[in-house]
Amino acid sequence: MVKREVVGAHYGLRDWLAQRITAIIMAVYTLLFLTALASLPQIDYGHWKAMWQLPLIRYMSVLFLVSLFIHAWIGVRNIFMDYIKDAGLRLALYVLVILALVCYMAWSIQILWGI
Amino acid sequence: MRLSIYRYNPDVDAKPYMQDYDIALEPTDRMLLDALIRLKEHDDSFAFRRSCREGVCGSDAMNINGKNGLACITKIADVREPVVIRPLPGLPVIRDLIVDMSQFFKQYHSVKPYVVNDDPPPEKERLQSPEDREELNGLYECILCACCSTACPSFWWNPDKFVGPAGLLQAYRFLADTRDQATGERLDNLEDPYRLFRCHSIMNCVDVCPKGLNPTRAIGKIKEMLVKRTV
Repeated sequence: MVKREVVGAHYGLRDWLAQRITAIIMAVYTLLFLTALASLPQIDYGHWKAMWQLPLIRYMSVLFLVSLFIHAWIGVRNIFMDYIKDAGLRLALYVLVILALVCYMAWSIQILWGI
Repeated sequence: MRLSIYRYNPDVDAKPYMQDYDIALEPTDRMLLDALIRLKEHDDSFAFRRSCREGVCGSDAMNINGKNGLACITKIADVREPVVIRPLPGLPVIRDLIVDMSQFFKQYHSVKPYVVNDDPPPEKERLQSPEDREELNGLYECILCACCSTACPSFWWNPDKFVGPAGLLQAYRFLADTRDQATGERLDNLEDPYRLFRCHSIMNCVDVCPKGLNPTRAIGKIKEMLVKRTV
């Protein structure tokens, strides 16, 4: 194989944009969540549990977690692109990170609906 | 004046080392470059580049007390002694403060830094309105000293793939030029995870630019153009 640096993958804009949009979603969620928490009459197990059983909180949390994992994927891939020079190793790490994030997503949903 | 200078002559030295100097300045020595020229009178084995000595040619870019800058426009009165001077970081050292800028210029050339216009040239010149010309301010002044690109960690890690702040500033300089007709090709050339999107807007380039330019803003404008083209 020729030893030549190849560039020109023609992607990157969507990821860059997605990172910004997911950051906004996470910031808004954080504010809403803190507001919801502050509006609890008192913070004890009963109220805490009741709050997590609200569908709105659950679905908003799913949106937050999806944003978090997309954001994390783009960020971690950026780090690998900078520091991992071997393309084969980089691809293997990408696959591991994607698998881990998909597992985290499934696990998070299990937790959210298990409350 | 006390100086601590990075020395490396690959023909003689096994590895680079720092050499301390204490030199007597003349009253006319005002800029750091004057001190370096004075030093070379005492030690002519010391090698560095300089040419115009007034911040226009960009030859004497170096790392001064940890920050990239031009020795010729850095006042002696403003630097803390001992002044630690190293070559620009991230580029191969040829000797002492002289670095191999090939990679830097290769990236610069890769953005086609010239107006592409297929129309037959007019009698005199391609004119612009004053408003259109205004767009090029803050872009065309770059002297290609490489202070910005060699202060950028993304350029350190991927100098062969990431265009770097200097190259991207010039890329935008031609994207912003109303006389240029290759906007689409230029954006195609840059839409790449390495070439453009290694920039994470940490603004080291803005911090060090001796001409006070803002490559981060230019990179932001390129991204904005890509977004407009896509959505």
